[in-house]
Amino acid sequence: MAAASVELRRALARVERRRALGGFLLALPLVAFLVVFFLLPILGMLARAVDNHELASVMPKSAEALRNWQGIGPPPEEIVSLFVAELKEAYRRREVAIVAQRLNREQAGWRNLILSTARRLPDDAKGSWLATLIELDPAWAEPAIWAGLRRAAQPWTDIFLLAALDLARDEFDSIVRAPAEQAIYLDVLARTFWISALVTLLCLILGYPLAYLLASLPERWANPLLIVVLLPFWTSLLVRTAAWIVLLQREGVINDFLIRIGLVSEPLPLVFNRAGVLIAMTHVLLPFMVLPLYSVMRAIPLSLTRAALSLGASPLVAFCRVYLPLSMPGVAAGCLLVFILAVGYYITPALVGGAADQMISYFVAFFTLQTANWGMGAALATVLLAVTLILYWIYSRLVGIERLRLG
Amino acid sequence: MRFSPTLAAAVLFTVVGTAQARDLTITSWGGAYQAAQRQLYFEPFQKETGIKLVEDTWDGGIGVLRAKAQGTPVWDVVQVETDELVLGCEEGILEPLDWQMLGGKDKFLPAAVHECGVGAIVWATVLAYDGNKFPNGGPRSWADFFDTQKFPGKRALRKGPRQALEFATMAQGVPPAKVYEALRAPGGIDKAFAKLDSIKKDLIFWEAGAQPPQLLASGEVVMTSAYNGRITAANRQDKRNFKIAWDAGFVYQIDSWVILKNSPKKAEAMKLVHYLTRPENQAKLPALIPYGPTHLDGAKLVPAEYAEEIPSSPKNLPHGVFFDAAFWVENVEKLTERFNAWAAQR
Repeated sequence: MAAASVELRRALARVERRRALGGFLLALPLVAFLVVFFLLPILGMLARAVDNHELASVMPKSAEALRNWQGIGPPPEEIVSLFVAELKEAYRRREVAIVAQRLNREQAGWRNLILSTARRLPDDAKGSWLATLIELDPAWAEPAIWAGLRRAAQPWTDIFLLAALDLARDEFDSIVRAPAEQAIYLDVLARTFWISALVTLLCLILGYPLAYLLASLPERWANPLLIVVLLPFWTSLLVRTAAWIVLLQREGVINDFLIRIGLVSEPLPLVFNRAGVLIAMTHVLLPFMVLPLYSVMRAIPLSLTRAALSLGASPLVAFCRVYLPLSMPGVAAGCLLVFILAVGYYITPALVGGAADQMISYFVAFFTLQTANWGMGAALATVLLAVTLILYWIYSRLVGIERLRLG
Repeated sequence: MRFSPTLAAAVLFTVVGTAQARDLTITSWGGAYQAAQRQLYFEPFQKETGIKLVEDTWDGGIGVLRAKAQGTPVWDVVQVETDELVLGCEEGILEPLDWQMLGGKDKFLPAAVHECGVGAIVWATVLAYDGNKFPNGGPRSWADFFDTQKFPGKRALRKGPRQALEFATMAQGVPPAKVYEALRAPGGIDKAFAKLDSIKKDLIFWEAGAQPPQLLASGEVVMTSAYNGRITAANRQDKRNFKIAWDAGFVYQIDSWVILKNSPKKAEAMKLVHYLTRPENQAKLPALIPYGPTHLDGAKLVPAEYAEEIPSSPKNLPHGVFFDAAFWVENVEKLTERFNAWAAQR
């Protein structure tokens, strides 16, 4: 008897184990997918933001010497001569541009300094190598360039992350504010969140009554209307955005109509400015607000509002005290969805916005696609990720994450 | 389905195989210009040689070239501006050309000859407007472009410092020939930025060469800087009445054909570059879009009826200034950063 029960327990445990393993195996593709397409790229991005391998890969000996050198001003002659020798070698191998480009990120103009120096280096030093360099370009006498080279020689760098926060390092390696003509990213970051917040608000104002209408109509009518709401999903984002340019431009459909009915006498500036961005983004993102709202509202029994009315509440009070609180999970979910999507928007503002309406993703794209400055692109993306996570944390504290419902 | 190593290997092989076995790729500037190139060069080249050719489009920028040249490039032949040619060659991201195959350096305009590039076209960035919008005469100078009292409405410039700083300098009354002298003088660049700043709220920026004619056609802007050929092409093909204010001053330059370093199709790319720069082929272009040849014999073959509209015609040339490659090689990155930061601020 006892032996049989032990046997049974073992068999049970075996089945349980197999089931657990089966469950794990079933989830494995998902886990692998998340790791490969989500976790690794984000880690790669974070690494890119602090990557600093250029100088060490082209001029390894100088990089090591510069790392070990402490001090301000031009370094001792043996480091300078090592640097010159490797610079010549790099120029011969046509790799000096890699170093020049890296240094230019420390300070605009240093690219030229490195390249023109490498181009004109004589075979033998006139006096010391340092004096030779200074004769080629007086900038070599400044402490700044040597501090910059030392920073470029470190295994990691923080200049991109600092620049993404409008900060920089001076010749003493202390953190200072970036020069005014480069300090734009805090502004851009604030603009990104401001535009996203406005778009979220506009989506809520337009989406809430629409979702309410959909939820209160009989299914026969609600379903075709829902398809109309979803229709934009079937056209590409690019086409919808381009369509807005046609509609909003100076001699476009909307301005023509407004002038014809006599509402305005001059065409309104509706595109290539902030207004265009808000209109187009609200349109594109509206379904993401309507859908969670609709699915939550669908589940609210109409009898509750009726009960409130029959107990003497005015329609406004019944709405505010019964319906609105019940629909809050949908509001919270819709706002979060729209806001997070809006924060990463790039192509819509790029097409319908002006130069001063570009959001942070535009600059990420600019640095990665236009200037091949991966460090700066990754740093901006990292800052965006960090700020978004903080905002999400605050939001979930305020709203309560358990109250979010997508349906 | 069970995981099969053979299948996985086959998939991997196909993916890698496709990546290597791509077709010869040429990248030009899109719109009406590339359409003309397609008709005159790309399609006949494929027929004549049997080499399959794929096209891509870009709007310039040394950083784009750098990004594309990393590892095995996905572009082979690219049409670039002079500063990109000089910087790219120096940085080793371009292949030196086989000048013997092209017929020798003395066969081309001196400014069209470079170790890594051969001139494609002579073109200009000009002041353009819609003649129908100005029945009493349009802008005559870059000072007019910057005068929003005299000519109210939005205007457009190419995004980036190139040509914009030249025009902002001309607007201060500097004759075209002295523009780079003024920009090199202390404070010259600051003055140009200040001039741009004075009409900032009425400025919008274009990136692709196809945009200015669209902006004019839709009435979005009253005047714009534009590539001269796009304006003429819009007049010819879409029956527009766009005007070019040649005598306002313009910047003309030579674009070059280059081959990206480590191109897996180097030999075919060189064949293509040779085809593109043959004098009889270059001479066909002005009939479709008025950009001038860089081959000395090509210039002689252009029919007289089209020769008037190209930037280097005797009527136009005195108003132009040749793009100063040395100035831009030295400054393009610094000024692009400054320009972008300036544009991004309200």
